[in-house]
Amino acid sequence: MSGIPHDHYEPKGAFTKGLERRLPVLGLLYDTLMIPTPKNLNWMWIWGIVLVFALVLQIATGVVLVMHYTPHVDLAFASVEHIMRDVNGGHMIRYFHMNGASLFFIAVYAHIFRGLYYGSYKAPREVTWIIGMLIYLLMMATGFLGYVLPWGQMSFHGTAVITGLFGAIPFVGDEIQVWLLGTPNGSVGQPALNRFFSLHYLLPFVIAGLVIVHVWAFHTTGNNNPTGVDVRRGSKEEAQKDTLPFWPYFVIKDLFALAVILVVFMAIVGFMPNYLGHPDNYIPANPLATPNHIVPEWYFLPFYAILRSFTADVWAVQFANWISFGIIDAKFFGVLAMFGAIIVIALAPWLDTSSVRSGRYRPMFKWWFALLVVDFFVLMWVGAMPAEGIYPIIALIGATYWFAYFLLILPLLGIIEKPLPQPATIEDDFNAHYGKSSGTPAE
Amino acid sequence: MLRKLTISAAVALGLSATGALAAGEAHVEDFDFSFEGPFGAYDQMQLQRGLQIYTEVCSACHGMERVRIGTLHDEGGPALPEDQVRAYAEMIEVYDPALEDYRAATPADKFPPSSLPEAPDLSLMAKARAGFHGPYGTGLNQLFRGMGGAEYIASILTGYEEAPECAPEDFPGSYNVAFANGGYPDSCKDEHGHHTVPGSWIAMGQPLWGDDVEFADGHSTELHHEAEDVAAFLMWAAEPKMMARKQAGLTGVIFLTILAALLYATNKRLWAPHKAAAKRKED
Repeated sequence: MSGIPHDHYEPKGAFTKGLERRLPVLGLLYDTLMIPTPKNLNWMWIWGIVLVFALVLQIATGVVLVMHYTPHVDLAFASVEHIMRDVNGGHMIRYFHMNGASLFFIAVYAHIFRGLYYGSYKAPREVTWIIGMLIYLLMMATGFLGYVLPWGQMSFHGTAVITGLFGAIPFVGDEIQVWLLGTPNGSVGQPALNRFFSLHYLLPFVIAGLVIVHVWAFHTTGNNNPTGVDVRRGSKEEAQKDTLPFWPYFVIKDLFALAVILVVFMAIVGFMPNYLGHPDNYIPANPLATPNHIVPEWYFLPFYAILRSFTADVWAVQFANWISFGIIDAKFFGVLAMFGAIIVIALAPWLDTSSVRSGRYRPMFKWWFALLVVDFFVLMWVGAMPAEGIYPIIALIGATYWFAYFLLILPLLGIIEKPLPQPATIEDDFNAHYGKSSGTPAE
Repeated sequence: MLRKLTISAAVALGLSATGALAAGEAHVEDFDFSFEGPFGAYDQMQLQRGLQIYTEVCSACHGMERVRIGTLHDEGGPALPEDQVRAYAEMIEVYDPALEDYRAATPADKFPPSSLPEAPDLSLMAKARAGFHGPYGTGLNQLFRGMGGAEYIASILTGYEEAPECAPEDFPGSYNVAFANGGYPDSCKDEHGHHTVPGSWIAMGQPLWGDDVEFADGHSTELHHEAEDVAAFLMWAAEPKMMARKQAGLTGVIFLTILAALLYATNKRLWAPHKAAAKRKED
């Protein structure tokens, strides 16, 4: 791997020398673990390890759950209850898996917003960013597919709604919906459950593969850091002033953060495991009784709000409808907006024109970013509300800001904003921080 | 002790089906159940009393097809002695597809399903009908007051009241102040379509009136107490491993807190020389 100059693995014994000549796996492990890491990383740089933990937790608990689960429309719900009641430790494993999804998404949102604030998406880390967004999309797919498997009321009717979105695509929508569900006319049944189960088992391993590429990419460019200033790479000695090896400095720090997060996670699993779920999903799927209010899981809510916000009376929707000769109706516009809201995040590296990476030195950006975070939570809240009264208006304002932030504010700020002076080196930032205060972690 | 809570139906069931359309209010009373909070535990005697009410009243129409009869013996549940569970099972008739006939149940069998098609199965009702649930409801109080499903059931059971005057005499169902999803006569709505009386009309006739059963332990058979006992029993039926789960949760929280403290100290010590060097350079 290229990147920051550092010591490489030197095999000492005869066995390791021989192994390294044949397969440099020890060298790879060494380089990965000892990678020089900017020493001023703050507590927002811990989410990576939480995400790795969550992925491993989901795969490990998932593999065990599969041993007792039956992907059949008549048996799935009963097999989940069998896990909850009869399988040794089954209730804990299932609650870990259920809430593990939420842990995963809390961590990924913190991780993404960290990247957005500190400009981690900017050159040369665009590839890392794009792969990260792919992982996030796969996580959403996996989360949704998994929610279908217990075959409760929300599983069933949520499937109908979500696959219906694809049905809104002009010309090919019906075919795509049939392809997704395995049955015509949007009816949800055994074929859908079978393929969702298959994909729910497959995608986590695709995610694991992409995680390796994600790590590979940012190990090549080096980590970003709160200043956004590059690590000096002129020589090994210079680089060592800005960095410390990942092991043990950041591994121990990250594990500490992980332990604190797991205390909260354990409390939720132990004391209120159904807090984030829907009671309706403890009712077996009944195609004849549609819940009045179908709400997706909390981690989809901001994008669900954007989906619903573009109704037929919004002028942008009417304009799109007119200019496309009626091909883009309100429903399809909503679908485009929902996926667009995620695509604009992925395009951030090219939409942000500022040459300064870190939001810390961007006085105007800071406020717009803070508003984006608020917007995210407002959208999450309004996504759970019924689409009536004041809520659609709030959702529309929230959705508009979301797009405005990426498509207008990010490009414009780079031109009009006067950035603050940045520290010359990471070492300066680290010294300045610990020089004045003692003990508190780098901000 | 028993605080009356008036939760609008939209909040009470924000996550479940109703939300949007319920223009009225339903009263969910906050019962003080022994199993609420991180340290809450099932009251074994209460579960046994609840079982008795379930058996003598509810099971006439409702089933509990996901609960194995033998689990009545489980620790952290009603914990009936094994011989009593066996005797209890023998009183129940289950359909055996192998015999193509009914036979006396054994502890290995599950409770029979509902005998009336319109009577929902009670196995999971305490989890599937949450009184105050989730982030859209009253939030974190679930940690301290439980999911609210048991409250919801007890509130329904005690929520039968004389039908208000605005309703026509022959309106189908029974008026219940705690039930939000039932029928509602137009004559009880105001000009904006809002409900003028709380609750709605439920298909189930009032099942408990007080003094419906006689408890061996001499516990009160007031309606309020009966409702509380059977709701507690149904909470156990829905979440039979709750006590084990809370214990695992507590153990996990304690051990992870210790681990976090150790890692904190390790991390501090590990970084100390580098932070000290930074301080020296700056001074």
